Amino acid sequence: MSESAPTREVARRVFADEFNDATFTFKESDDERAPLYSLLPTGAKANRVFLVGTLTETEDVGEDSEYWRGRVVDPTGTFFVYAGQYQPDAANALRELDTPAYVAIVGKPRTYETEDGTVNVSVRPESITEVDTATRDRWVVETAERTLERIEAFDEEGNEYARRAEEEYDLPLRRYKRAAIDALESLDETEDGDGEDEDTRDAETAESV
Amino acid sequence: MSDIQQTAQQLHDQFSEHLDVDVEEIEERLERYVDEYKIPLDEARRSVESHYLDEAGIERDELGRGGNPTVQAADVDTADEWVDITAKVVDLWEPRSDSVAQVGLLGDESGTIKFTKWAASDLDELDEGQVYHLGNVVTDEYQGRYSVKLNRTTTITEVDEDIEVGDDETTVEGALVDIQSGSGLIKRCPHEDCTRVLQNGRCSEHGEVEGEFDLRIKGVLDDGTDVHEIILNEEATTDLTGVTLAEAKQQAMDALDTTVVADEMRETLLGKYYRVSGPTLGRYVLANDIEELNDPVDGESVLIKARSM
Repeated sequence: MSESAPTREVARRVFADEFNDATFTFKESDDERAPLYSLLPTGAKANRVFLVGTLTETEDVGEDSEYWRGRVVDPTGTFFVYAGQYQPDAANALRELDTPAYVAIVGKPRTYETEDGTVNVSVRPESITEVDTATRDRWVVETAERTLERIEAFDEEGNEYARRAEEEYDLPLRRYKRAAIDALESLDETEDGDGEDEDTRDAETAESV
Repeated sequence: MSDIQQTAQQLHDQFSEHLDVDVEEIEERLERYVDEYKIPLDEARRSVESHYLDEAGIERDELGRGGNPTVQAADVDTADEWVDITAKVVDLWEPRSDSVAQVGLLGDESGTIKFTKWAASDLDELDEGQVYHLGNVVTDEYQGRYSVKLNRTTTITEVDEDIEVGDDETTVEGALVDIQSGSGLIKRCPHEDCTRVLQNGRCSEHGEVEGEFDLRIKGVLDDGTDVHEIILNEEATTDLTGVTLAEAKQQAMDALDTTVVADEMRETLLGKYYRVSGPTLGRYVLANDIEELNDPVDGESVLIKARSM
């Protein structure tokens, strides 16, 4: 690809469980404006993520000016999303949206070290839009697929970010594989779930009669 | 034609002025290297070439540039390479500068590529619709878009056959992760053949002009592995959003602000999955067709894969 047209960074697909483990961030050049990457434990760098989940809570946690925090839940955990005056569209969306709602978010990973030394990982959103169930399910399948691809490629020779993840984290990969499987299985449950609900209802009716 | 036959033909062409040797003989020699001695074709070519150089009693650089790779229009993906191409002139454009003699589009079965012929190169005129073999052209790249440049050493040979020009149509899928600036209700320069998008009422070529409204989306589709930039023209934009140019103008008028049109598009389109097909132009896919992917997905195959890992 050409140097003259900077290529846009791909938006990684990563479940909340893995995203929140990605506490290590780095830059690849000394340039002050160089992009900041978070290192995913399955061995990839992420400068941007795309996620879809259920917005369960929004709160203005700002002191002087509005600063919105949203909790976005996927089958594996919770993404924390923060938007303030520099993300007006996203802040607007968090202010306006009713919870719960499925939302799609494009954003940048950010980390924050608390006083006791724990590193919190969050998303600084570029856009937040409301989406439907089909989009959310598609994301779950896609994210499971991408996660498994990263796990598969982990031991490949020359996988620079996997070697780095080994050094920085020492987290067992099977955890993320398990999370991907659980996430996929949760889709089945939602479908079968309707049936089960009916069964239960029938049982209840039977009992009450 | 096999690779060996093709190479034999090229070698034959290279030596045709120096040696009386037939293609079959060259082919046999190449075959012996490749099939019997398992030598890679390019090595074999070099050896066979050396053999005939000896026979003809000439040096390698006296051979001329017969050794350029022959490329297909859509396959050019490096700059500054000397290549040969056989292609049809599918379009001739108005040169924007006196230094350019001819500029336009070449096409072959694989697709199309832009070409530029410099005035200083003093070459024969190319006719639209005619197929040519162009020897010794140089590839170039600008903003991810490739072209070939004809130069003083380029040979132009008319070819007496027609080529069915392929469209480089592709289909891409992914989540729409960005709608870029320059989307929504835009204004274009009204000058003939210009159509540049105005920035603050100014055309970069014609200065301040009374622009003409147009509707478009410049977006980014991302599937988590690759990023594709897409452009929707007025028709595709209306198809997708249900908003016509007239309605977009009305929206802008009501709000006294043209940016509301793009804002509204961002709100309704971003974060959803789409399939887009159309021809590629440089790094863009020009969306002839766009549909939202909202049918239920089946995670079963991924699940099977995951469990087997």
